[in-house]
Amino acid sequence: MHGRIDIRGLAFGYTERDCIFSDINILLEPGQVFCLLGPNGSGKSTLLKCIMQLLIPAAGSVRIDGEDLSGLAVSDIAGKLGFVPQTLVSAFPFTVAEIVVMGRASQIRMTASPAKKDRDMAMASLEKMGIVHLAHRPCNQLSGGEWQQVLIARALTHSPKVLLLDEPTSHLDIGNQIKILEIVNSLAKDGITIIMASHFPDHAFLTAHQVGILKTGRLLALGNPDDTLCEDVLFDTYGIHIRVLKVKEDINRKICIPVLHPHTRTLVKEVS
Amino acid sequence: MVIFSLGCGRVDISFVQTLKILLSSVFPLTPDWSATTWSVIMDVRLPRIMAGMMVGGALSISGAAFQGVFQNPLVSPHILGVAAGAGFGAALAILLFDNIWLIHLTSFVFGLAAVAMAYTLSRVYKMTPVLMLVLSGIVVGSLFSALTSFLKYIADPMNKMPAIVFWLLGSLNHVSFKDILITAPVFIVCISLLLLVRWRINLLAMGDEDARTLGVNTEALKLLIIVSATIATASAVCISGIIGWIGIMIPHIGRLLVGSDHKYLLSVSMVIGAAYLVTVDTIARTALATEIPIGILTAIFGAPVFAFLLRKTQKAG
Repeated sequence: MHGRIDIRGLAFGYTERDCIFSDINILLEPGQVFCLLGPNGSGKSTLLKCIMQLLIPAAGSVRIDGEDLSGLAVSDIAGKLGFVPQTLVSAFPFTVAEIVVMGRASQIRMTASPAKKDRDMAMASLEKMGIVHLAHRPCNQLSGGEWQQVLIARALTHSPKVLLLDEPTSHLDIGNQIKILEIVNSLAKDGITIIMASHFPDHAFLTAHQVGILKTGRLLALGNPDDTLCEDVLFDTYGIHIRVLKVKEDINRKICIPVLHPHTRTLVKEVS
Repeated sequence: MVIFSLGCGRVDISFVQTLKILLSSVFPLTPDWSATTWSVIMDVRLPRIMAGMMVGGALSISGAAFQGVFQNPLVSPHILGVAAGAGFGAALAILLFDNIWLIHLTSFVFGLAAVAMAYTLSRVYKMTPVLMLVLSGIVVGSLFSALTSFLKYIADPMNKMPAIVFWLLGSLNHVSFKDILITAPVFIVCISLLLLVRWRINLLAMGDEDARTLGVNTEALKLLIIVSATIATASAVCISGIIGWIGIMIPHIGRLLVGSDHKYLLSVSMVIGAAYLVTVDTIARTALATEIPIGILTAIFGAPVFAFLLRKTQKAG
């Protein structure tokens, strides 16, 4: 089993002086899901880009199965890590099949085009996502959920051991959110290690083996979701009161319920 | 198309005779034509048509490549200031030397220099973000346009100034066989390089960062494409002057025909571009008694066609 990711002392800042985050330590075993929470602007996307080596860390290291990523060529990194961006807009109306086969780039020679083998792998990826019927649809005519599935399918074509997802459920309705989370869970079951940034603490309860909260440049809390996401920590993170309840019976997990401040609610007066 | 265009012109030569003259260079045919007719076809029209094909093809393929790299379908191959630089170089040479060879050479050199300036200017943190490239191109372009205007202003208004203006309007008028022999290898090398990496332009078209997550060395690839497309464009500009609209319009027609995949788009754009410029040039030299500068015609045809294409894609999307 491969896909053990070991992040040690990771730090990043756009200039020498400022620092977006520092001393980030995360250790994941193959097939584990890590849910990265944190308020807007806390640096979740930046952290993912740093892990992907899109941004060069100021300090620390990222190792996959013991191999340090900092010395590797971009094409070798793509062989280990897959990245699903939060927002991606294509300037041209490529078809879904054309987009997904782009994931094979690191395996295709500089002067070559995708061969039949690459196109077959792209189709297999689409099949896995259950979206083969979209193959010839222009990418600017997809819904948000479909587009997210296409991007996940594309990342899978380079058979990554670790998959980074940057807020994969943003802009999606609740049905599509859960669909994506189920995909995340099934990929993890196949042995892919997953790091996912999210805005919803509930997503951690639904998917994650480990959760980390990024705030003011450090990991405020780190551990398994049930123990880590308590009401105090959530208040420190988001500045609002969130009740965490355990729902028993067939659901059997914790859920988050935001508690509104009494004064901010418009009271509905009963009409007599 | 080529043979038809060869047959068209001020001197009336029949289609069959044109074909015979062309074939006579390969097969031993008995000449039933005058030496003048032969010369019109082989010395005047043939080099011009070959130049038209090369220039049209080069501008169109460069346009398609640039649009991919800049992730913007409204980009032309002149975006990085190649035309402005070449225009200034030509104006300078016309002013100082009045030798056709030096004019071609200086315009080529200044065209490349302008792009090199824009590229250097846009480099921050060892990277060349697309937005910085576009802005640097605009800065360098307007600098050279201003310098060209200055040269026009100080040039002798009887001789030199009209020469500069005509050159800037673009024409295939003064292309000789020698020009073609010198530029053809350059075109072939640049176009081959672009065709070799044509599928990878798709990756850059999704954005630099995204391409890097897919394992693409974006800086090296971008540099290769910009250098090839720029040299091809500069070679086109130096023999034909500034012919606008082709590099922006033809890739759109290509996209309507074969879709967005640059694997097909590049070759298709090149072929359409070559045919289009030969057609327009034929019109340019036959429509009126005096020749119309081809840059004017491509703009007159290009603007409405482009407007139509824009409306059409808007409706489709």
